[in-house]
Amino acid sequence: MTKQTAPRLDLPWKEANEGGVVFDSGNSVTYNTGSWRTLRPVWDAGQCVHCMICWIMCPDSAILVEEGKMVGIDYDHCKGCGICSEVCPVNIKEPHSVTGEQSGTVIHMVPESDFE
Amino acid sequence: MVESTYMPLDGAESVSQAMRQIDPDVVAAYPITPQTEVVQYFSEYVADGLVHTEFIPVESEHAAMSACIGASAGGARVMTATAANGLALMWEMLYIASGMRLPIVLSIVNRALSSPLNIHCDHSDSMGAREAGWIQMYAESGQEAYDNTIKAMRIAEHDDLRVPTMSCQDGFITGHGVERVGILPDEAVREFVGSYDPDVYLLDVDHPKTMGAWDFTDYYFEHKRQQTEALNTAMEIIESVSEEYAELSGRPQPIIDTYGMDDADYAIIVLSSTAGTARTVARDLREKGMKVGILKPRVYRPFPAEYIVEAIRDCRAVAVLDRSISFGTFRGMGPLFEDITSALFNEGVPDLNIVNYIYGLGGRDTTPPMIESVYDDLQAMAAEGNRGDIVRYLGLRE
Repeated sequence: MTKQTAPRLDLPWKEANEGGVVFDSGNSVTYNTGSWRTLRPVWDAGQCVHCMICWIMCPDSAILVEEGKMVGIDYDHCKGCGICSEVCPVNIKEPHSVTGEQSGTVIHMVPESDFE
Repeated sequence: MVESTYMPLDGAESVSQAMRQIDPDVVAAYPITPQTEVVQYFSEYVADGLVHTEFIPVESEHAAMSACIGASAGGARVMTATAANGLALMWEMLYIASGMRLPIVLSIVNRALSSPLNIHCDHSDSMGAREAGWIQMYAESGQEAYDNTIKAMRIAEHDDLRVPTMSCQDGFITGHGVERVGILPDEAVREFVGSYDPDVYLLDVDHPKTMGAWDFTDYYFEHKRQQTEALNTAMEIIESVSEEYAELSGRPQPIIDTYGMDDADYAIIVLSSTAGTARTVARDLREKGMKVGILKPRVYRPFPAEYIVEAIRDCRAVAVLDRSISFGTFRGMGPLFEDITSALFNEGVPDLNIVNYIYGLGGRDTTPPMIESVYDDLQAMAAEGNRGDIVRYLGLRE
């Protein structure tokens, strides 16, 4: 995929595209919807079984996959809905690598304020 | 100028003839009295192969306007028709059409909105849609309805506008009333409307784009500013299209139609078919020496404020007849009166003797004696120098 340029957000009304037409296809990738997030999904790579259920269910294509394996979460676009955490079929056996909690799935939801 | 062929047509069939001649790419419509005939006749033209139109018989008016929006965004020339509750069901999509700047032409055969259930004429349907960002034209006769439909296509599609346009006429009174209507030759109409060749459309596969997308706090305001600018500057374009059409058809139809307004002391302002009744009364009173006049706006959105103020500013008394109520406004006035009094104030004419008559709701007949009583009231009002009741009711049982 070619690198997309973000649309300008500062044009005066006479220069805006009439009717709100968007001429540059695929530029939603430049929109940082991750800034809307209040809960951050954190992933325990060691306990993940790479079933890809979260990858299928994520409404924002924010589960990053390389060569058939999950490699992380795209925090620029993840809105923190928590679906990945909910659909994950794994009950962790070890403490979660990020939160240290003993139970739950491979993905835990943590308040963004904890990262400030 | 080209010669028209005169035929006995009702207003709805007149519009369908205009649609046949325009030969739009797509018509999506749902039948509702008294608009049904427009679509019924047009669907016959489709079945008979007289037009190349893709006709989409949809399941509702909301779907009709939705299909029109999709087709128009795709790059097609699109028309539809409706009335009353059908228009109300289109409400959401009206704003989407205008916001997306899609030049759809919508023929309206005005009918009262339920409830109580009523199928006869008043203007409550299209007047409710006056804020939807569409151009609105109102026709006095089947002839004007035919002419306006053709003009509406050119106006809506104008490169500097791209504003959807409603062409309204009175349900049953002109919609089902047969009169002598001059129809232009097919080729003349096709040449007048030309081919539709939009710059921006979705089926332009070499230039992929998104239309109707999410418009956030960062641009919605700017897009609305563009829309209001289009309406603010539309009058000049409407006038030039009307003048061009007058040269073609020999039927001059300026933005406001006036009778006796050069020296009128007493004037009535009214839209659509009742202007005909009023003009007959005014003519009789003129013969008796009364200086009376009639003003009929042919275009209501954008509102021809300057034209109307200029025409009435020297009158001794003026009555504005409204065929709908803007519920809950000051004294429950009608929308036309609201617009005119606002225009008078803003044009620096705040002292005119002007009153509002609500008339003809739900198809109540408005007869010549009723119009005469309005002129009598205006004379008395001017003599007393007192407006009295600002909002009055014409033809209501007291």
